[in-house]
Amino acid sequence: MQIPIEYYLILSAFMFTVGIVGVLTRRNAIVVFMSIELMLNSANLTFITFSSFLGDAAGQLFVFFVMAVAAAEAAVGLAIIIAIFRNKLTVNIDEINILKW
Amino acid sequence: MIELIYLTVLLPLLGVLFNGLLGPKIKNEKVIGIVGSGTIGLSFVIAVGALFETLALPVNQRVNIVTLFQWIDVAGLDISFSYQVDQLSLVMSLVVTGVGFIIHVYSIGYMHGDKAFWRFFTYLNLFIFAMMNLVLADNFLLLFLGWEGVGLCSYLLIGFWYDRKFEKSTTASAGLKAFVVNRIGDFGFLLGMFLIYSTFGTLVFTDVFSRALSFHVPEHIFTLIAIFLFIGATGKSAQIPLLVWLPDAMAGPTPVSALIHAATMVTAGVYMVARCSIIFASAPTAMMVVAVVGVFTAFFAATIGLVQNDIKKVLAYSTISQLGYMFLALGAGAFSAGIFHVMTHAFFKALLFLGAGSVIHSMHEQQDIRHYGGLKKYMPITYGTFLVAAVAISGIPPLSGFFSKDEILWYSYANLGIVFWLIGVITAILTAFYMFRLYFMTFEGKEKFDHNKQHPHESPKMMTVPLIVLGILSAIGGFIGIPEIFSGEHGNLFHSWLAPVFKSAEIKLMHIGGHTHFEELLLMIISVIAAASAIYYARYIYLKKPSVADKTAAKFKGIYNLLLNKYYLDETYEASVVNPIVKGSESILWKIADNKMIDGTINGVAKLIDNISGTIKKIQNGIAQSYALVMVLGILIALLWIILSYS
Repeated sequence: MQIPIEYYLILSAFMFTVGIVGVLTRRNAIVVFMSIELMLNSANLTFITFSSFLGDAAGQLFVFFVMAVAAAEAAVGLAIIIAIFRNKLTVNIDEINILKW
Repeated sequence: MIELIYLTVLLPLLGVLFNGLLGPKIKNEKVIGIVGSGTIGLSFVIAVGALFETLALPVNQRVNIVTLFQWIDVAGLDISFSYQVDQLSLVMSLVVTGVGFIIHVYSIGYMHGDKAFWRFFTYLNLFIFAMMNLVLADNFLLLFLGWEGVGLCSYLLIGFWYDRKFEKSTTASAGLKAFVVNRIGDFGFLLGMFLIYSTFGTLVFTDVFSRALSFHVPEHIFTLIAIFLFIGATGKSAQIPLLVWLPDAMAGPTPVSALIHAATMVTAGVYMVARCSIIFASAPTAMMVVAVVGVFTAFFAATIGLVQNDIKKVLAYSTISQLGYMFLALGAGAFSAGIFHVMTHAFFKALLFLGAGSVIHSMHEQQDIRHYGGLKKYMPITYGTFLVAAVAISGIPPLSGFFSKDEILWYSYANLGIVFWLIGVITAILTAFYMFRLYFMTFEGKEKFDHNKQHPHESPKMMTVPLIVLGILSAIGGFIGIPEIFSGEHGNLFHSWLAPVFKSAEIKLMHIGGHTHFEELLLMIISVIAAASAIYYARYIYLKKPSVADKTAAKFKGIYNLLLNKYYLDETYEASVVNPIVKGSESILWKIADNKMIDGTINGVAKLIDNISGTIKKIQNGIAQSYALVMVLGILIALLWIILSYS
């Protein structure tokens, strides 16, 4: 039995919303980071869904790109967070406002 | 040698570079002195060579132009570093380098032991460089370059002893005064130059003067140009109304007073007017102005000179007075007589100043003639040469001053009228009187100095030899310009040498002869007798009956004070020009225009931006999530827009 496309898309939209809310509301930089990953993955899910339903491999290809970029971004992002933690002894993004005027 | 004339300009510049850059390291007075005066000596030799070469040329080929390089070439204005070697510029270059060389040598002795010996020679060489540019230039702009250059050197050298006091203030402020007063004149000169360019479309002398003859230019334009140029000349040559700076210029070392403020720089105005003789000859009104200003300056400066007690002040007023004579000659249309007086005056006035320097040197910087007296036996050479110069300036034949001064007096009678001649003769009497007052009070009579403190002595050879050379020149320098009534037609060598330069101007003026030799001879005898009796009278007053002078001073106290205070000219300028400018600058320009308007505008703009950005900057609160929120909201609105526009 075929699962209808709406299910995938609703799940994806739900994950994306969770990600947005996480980014906007959480104070811990690591959690914000995880929320961004969630948003990326929801986008990936959408890509794969459409790829499968349309029988087009381009969407799958894009997902690989996204995952590669996300991995790189995670590496750099975590390194920045560690560097900030060493300096300020916190990863609470409310307190990291040193670039403000 | 003519094509080498640029070396007479470049050699002094080399001296400047050598002494200016290496002088402080060398510190050896011999090396600095030899380089400083040697470069000028070489320039003089080249100028003499150029003179002989020019003499060998036929009369109509005696104007040569030596171009070094093009300076400015823009929109039809073509200015080159070109030097015009002709009769007039050769006379001036010979005077500048010749007298300059003598004074350089003298300075080696005079400035011995000065802590800034090298700086002195650097400035002196720079002065010769600028002055040579001035006299050799073949266009107005290059002349102006030299004109400004000599002004700068004058300023630097007046304030040479910047740590010394001078009268009520410092030597530096005396230098500043000279510079500012000169700038006023320069402004007139600039206006004249602009007007020449807009009228004739060029600034090159030969073109301007040939176009002045061929173009149909209304007379009032000529008058305007001439008056503007003459304003420049009054500044540089210390004529009424811009004469106030020259007496203060005596704050500089004495060789400077001799070279710059007596022999050469101050004659730049005379040279410039003579160079532009055609322009002046085309403007009779301007000629009259020149003559009137000249004769009055001569007279008033001479009256001030009567009562001054500072040896250099007397000579300074004498210089102004003699410059007045030169302008009288120019105004009378006797251009070569004016230049002749420039030359003889350079000899005897430089000698007088150097003699005064020698006296000041041996009297330990004492400059008040009331504290001299009887120096004759202590300083025989200074005494002898000073006497020669004093006789020369008084116009006693056969010394140089007689020939040049008498020529001027004769032309002022023949071309202008008896009034000018009369004032000229009265001035000559005053000149002879104050000069011999100076002489008798310094060298003859009772010794009025303190023998315990001052031990007058003759100056070293380095200083006396230049005095002797100048003494000889003052004595015989006049023989190249013997009046034609003695020497016959074309017998006046100086006159016929310069005649081609002023030919077109003299044709334009068309003075009618009509005067007899008898008249000339009579006037000559009158002026000589007058000068001689003035000398005798000075001897009577200051040697025989010193009380007469005091009594006269007490009797005419008002006039005496008026003269002693230089007609209150400084005070008048102070009250009418300087103070209004200072006060106006302070209360209006500084406190309102600058502080309130300019500062207010700039500070106001800054404050406005500060306020606006103070409000806006609150958006940048540093919380990354608020930025993200704005972004999300933006995306939502964009999406909503897209969705709504589809349906």
